Amino acid sequence: MCDLRNEFPQLGRTVYGKPLVYLDNAATSLRPRSVTACWDEISSMRTANLHRAVHRVATEATEAYEAARDAVREFINAPEREEVIFTSGATHSLNLAAWSFGEAFIGEGDEILVDEAGHHSNIVPWQMLCRRKGAVLKVLQVDESGALRLDLLPSLLSSRTRLVCVAHVSNVLGLVNPVREIADAAHAAGARILVDGAQGIVHQKVDVQALDCDFYAFSGHKMYGAPGTGVLWGRRALLEQMPPMFGGGEMIQTVRWEETTYAPLPQKFEAGTQNISGTPCFVPAIECLRSMQQDECITEHVYRELSAMPGVRLFGTTPDLSRKVPVFSIAVEGAHHEDLALILDKMGVAVRSGQMCAEPLMDRFGVTGMLRASFAPYNTMQEAEYFLSSLRKAISMLK
Amino acid sequence: MTLKEKQQEIIDDFSLYEEWLDKYEYLIELGKGLEGLPEEKKTEDRLIKGCQSRVWLDCEKRDGVLVFSADSDAIITKGIISLLVGVYSGRTPQEILADDFSFLDALGLKENLSPTRANGLVSMIATIRSKAAENE
Ligand SMILES: Cc1ncc(COP(=O)(O)O)c(C=O)c1O
Repeated sequence: MCDLRNEFPQLGRTVYGKPLVYLDNAATSLRPRSVTACWDEISSMRTANLHRAVHRVATEATEAYEAARDAVREFINAPEREEVIFTSGATHSLNLAAWSFGEAFIGEGDEILVDEAGHHSNIVPWQMLCRRKGAVLKVLQVDESGALRLDLLPSLLSSRTRLVCVAHVSNVLGLVNPVREIADAAHAAGARILVDGAQGIVHQKVDVQALDCDFYAFSGHKMYGAPGTGVLWGRRALLEQMPPMFGGGEMIQTVRWEETTYAPLPQKFEAGTQNISGTPCFVPAIECLRSMQQDECITEHVYRELSAMPGVRLFGTTPDLSRKVPVFSIAVEGAHHEDLALILDKMGVAVRSGQMCAEPLMDRFGVTGMLRASFAPYNTMQEAEYFLSSLRKAISMLK
Repeated sequence: MTLKEKQQEIIDDFSLYEEWLDKYEYLIELGKGLEGLPEEKKTEDRLIKGCQSRVWLDCEKRDGVLVFSADSDAIITKGIISLLVGVYSGRTPQEILADDFSFLDALGLKENLSPTRANGLVSMIATIRSKAAENE
């Protein structure tokens, strides 16, 4: 554990003279030395534009970038490397999917089904698409525990459903959704399924073929990689039919005044100079992710303690803790989430408060916001205990 | 007490607390002590944007001075509001507009609160100033 923690220099810092206890990993994870070293090395020694020039450094830069594509392909078990499209993050990936899929496949009266616990990034692009095309947005609700209401699927899916958009793991509830089951239902109805994997990629072993999804989107910065990086994976058969969202450098085959033709996958969707230093960091990030293992005792302990804490309401509950990742959102009776977060901050504990980019879900549970603690494998049981005792103290201060 | 004197008094009170948690305890007490607004006054037009917590600010002009009353659903914010109301309520628009609100810096509230909170504070100040400008 000590060695592992040494890999993440930020774990060694203090705030307000207290050791930092970083429990906002679902928002962004910390970066290991291997990732910052990769960024530094490329920035200082291998900087050149990608896919363009014939000179030596350009080749090296391009190789590092394309090696990341191979690493990601293998990591998510995608059938082909050309199906892995690099973006600036999950939000970019989802907007790209919404725009390009929408142009190719969505018409007036078509339906898109999104999940009620979705991040705004997996809601708003679909709302925008529906407005643009006169399509209909439908919502797959969650029950009191936070589980998706699969019983409603048959009535929500229709012959007009074109796409189902669900999170692999909700960033608020921390519950692993039964993606494969939803994919089967969607496909049986003739629809496609897109999975927002921003949290799933961090906590689950992802195999896009086993999940049988059609798109899978995630960010680099939540999986110990570089900020400003992301992935959209999609099935070739679909990506081939989808028009590019951005036009410009490197996404073209030939440019004529009469007509421009586009480059083959994946360049078709990667217009402009890409993230030269950031994207190659997927290689060490994936290595790091693979090398770490979440201590399930911590998940279990925090889950049980929060469930039993008086006045505390834990969202995202399940009897089967193998379906719960260490992301814990709570509301406390008589204590505002922001007050709690401010007090915890002064105790050195970094947690998230507010709507967590999931306003419809806040409305669903009748709260103005929540307090969220999200753990990574480098967090210790001691930190979990410190968080719990700090939380108790904060609650008593506010009562 | 002049506006400046009142500000100094608050700065002195606040400086008694060295630890941040003690400062928060103090703000929480202030927040609990602030009367707040009746439910019917917590309306959309009194709501201040930019806070994670919700803040409502009401302003009335009486005998040439502005009388502020305010509320929040978060208690630390309510404590800060209570400071602001204490300083600026009962002052003429001219007095308020002549002030630079720098006493909040002296309290260390702006930089030590979370950015969203600081934004809330900034919006609160902007609202107080614009109320003063409207009534000048
Ligand atoms: C489930 C989920 N989807 C999408 C996003 C958006 O990710 P990003 O901000 O990296 O684009 C996040 C991150 O906040 C998330 O947790």
